[in-house]
Amino acid sequence: MSAISELRNSSQRQGTARKREKVAYLFLLPWIIGFVFLAIVPMATSLYLSFTDYNLIRPAEWIGLENFQRMLGDARLLNSLRVTFTYVIVSVPLQLIFALAIAMLLDRGMRGLSFYRSIFYLPSLLGSSVAIAILWRQIFGTSGLVNQFLALFGIEAPGWVSNPDTALGTIILLHIWTFGAPMLIFLAGLRQIPVMYYEAAQMDGANPFQRFFRITLPLLSPIIFFNLVLQLIGSFQSFTQAYIVSGGTGGPADSTMFYTMYLYQKGFAELDMGYASAMAWGLVIIIGAFTALNFIASRWWVFYDD
Amino acid sequence: MTTDTMTRSARARSPLSSILRHAVMIVGGLLMVYPLLWLLVSSFRPPDEIFKNPGLILTSFDFSNYTEGWNALARPFGSYLVNSTILVLGSIIGNLVSCSLAAYAFARLEFRGKRWMFAAMLLTIMIPIHVIIVPQYIFFSQLHLVNTYVPLLLPKFLATDAFFVFLMVQFIRGIPRELDEAARIDGAGHWRIFFQVILPLMVPALAATAIFTFIGSWNDFFSALIYLTDADVQTVPVALRSFIDTSGSSSFGPMFAMSIVSLLPVFLVFLFGQRYLVSGIATTGLK
Repeated sequence: MSAISELRNSSQRQGTARKREKVAYLFLLPWIIGFVFLAIVPMATSLYLSFTDYNLIRPAEWIGLENFQRMLGDARLLNSLRVTFTYVIVSVPLQLIFALAIAMLLDRGMRGLSFYRSIFYLPSLLGSSVAIAILWRQIFGTSGLVNQFLALFGIEAPGWVSNPDTALGTIILLHIWTFGAPMLIFLAGLRQIPVMYYEAAQMDGANPFQRFFRITLPLLSPIIFFNLVLQLIGSFQSFTQAYIVSGGTGGPADSTMFYTMYLYQKGFAELDMGYASAMAWGLVIIIGAFTALNFIASRWWVFYDD
Repeated sequence: MTTDTMTRSARARSPLSSILRHAVMIVGGLLMVYPLLWLLVSSFRPPDEIFKNPGLILTSFDFSNYTEGWNALARPFGSYLVNSTILVLGSIIGNLVSCSLAAYAFARLEFRGKRWMFAAMLLTIMIPIHVIIVPQYIFFSQLHLVNTYVPLLLPKFLATDAFFVFLMVQFIRGIPRELDEAARIDGAGHWRIFFQVILPLMVPALAATAIFTFIGSWNDFFSALIYLTDADVQTVPVALRSFIDTSGSSSFGPMFAMSIVSLLPVFLVFLFGQRYLVSGIATTGLK
């Protein structure tokens, strides 16, 4: 091929490449508009607002770091952090353990598998609804379903939702109840592990305990990691359940006052939007830090095949 | 002993362990759905019985919770159902169109900035809604669009649900490129390849997106709580929430009845769309 025709070819290729790029950006146009105007611009605005005093009526007034300083001394905020961390740190691992345990029991050609799978998956679809939160409010109420059962055994218990020591527990339980989605992901993952490995291990005399820790866990670790990251990000943002179960108050005694609820109260009930923006960035930092930590820690425990 | 018999003995389970596993499944499964069954049964009971009867046996069939609940709020419950339906259908159309377009570009086209754009897109999954909702609210309220569906629908038409873009990208990557090539040799451009080759093949991913969007929008409470304050435009979750405001324990009957009404569409979608849900979750989770 002569140099000239090669040159012509390459310039043609560049031409089509540029045309192809144009097509690509057309396909991407909705996403780009959304990304710029519904993500980047609002985030920048929110960052700016976090340094201001703004209530939607008066123009925003620059107050520097005051919102952040106020956050550090805000007892209700610090309490809401404690509540949120307790919720996340207790409910996420428990949910994943349940999901994995049931997935392992369901795996490998059990009769009625798809029926059981449906039963365990259903709550995770319904669980984020207001209706279920209303149900939860009744179930753990003073004369709710749980106490009705306890009464059959002569046990008289106080209302779980109205007791500051147990209210958060009921919301954690609701989160664990919705383990169906990670369970499905685990099921799909378990199916990818060749049966051969287990057979070989059994021939070498490995007991079920060893088979779990030496085969299942390492081979499933990327999926456990994926579930963990998604669940952590989601749980930090939980709102509906605590809001409905506590009747919108975060009570009793702020025991279910999640960080997101306090943010909602500040921003949309008190219209303290500068402060709410500062709080939102606090949440970004927390979620970002947890996710980053997760990725760093994954080097030691997540095992990639290739 | 040959490996063959060894394998078989390893696989076969004793009947006892099999029975035990089924027992665990049945007890566990019952425990999981008991609250739901009880909610359903209780919605047909007189309100005072809701606080007395933990069982599932229905002695009388009382429909009055439903008629009472239907008319208990500012508008008849049907109005909230219609509003939710409008929102859900709009959201589904928006997500299907905008996310599939973006996914095709990310999965099949080459362009400058692709890598960082894809990374940025994935990062938006992590961004909490709270950090953008305050400025968005200010923006939409200045345009007098609060109490309309624009703030809730516009984002769907602009592919802001990055999770679905990701799901579709993963799916398109699994479609053999030879099919695109064959169409290109026949003279098809990217639009034709997208519409006539890729879209028909990615129906499972589209179905999963439609179903997840349905459930997400139907249950969406936080943005509806913020943007929809007029009874005329309110959706089902916000309407249900106002039951709590008005309630003593006497209104639990109507509240339960309307809860059942609100859960029914999700349940039906679950019943008929399960196949797509399962495969959709598996695709995003595995690759």
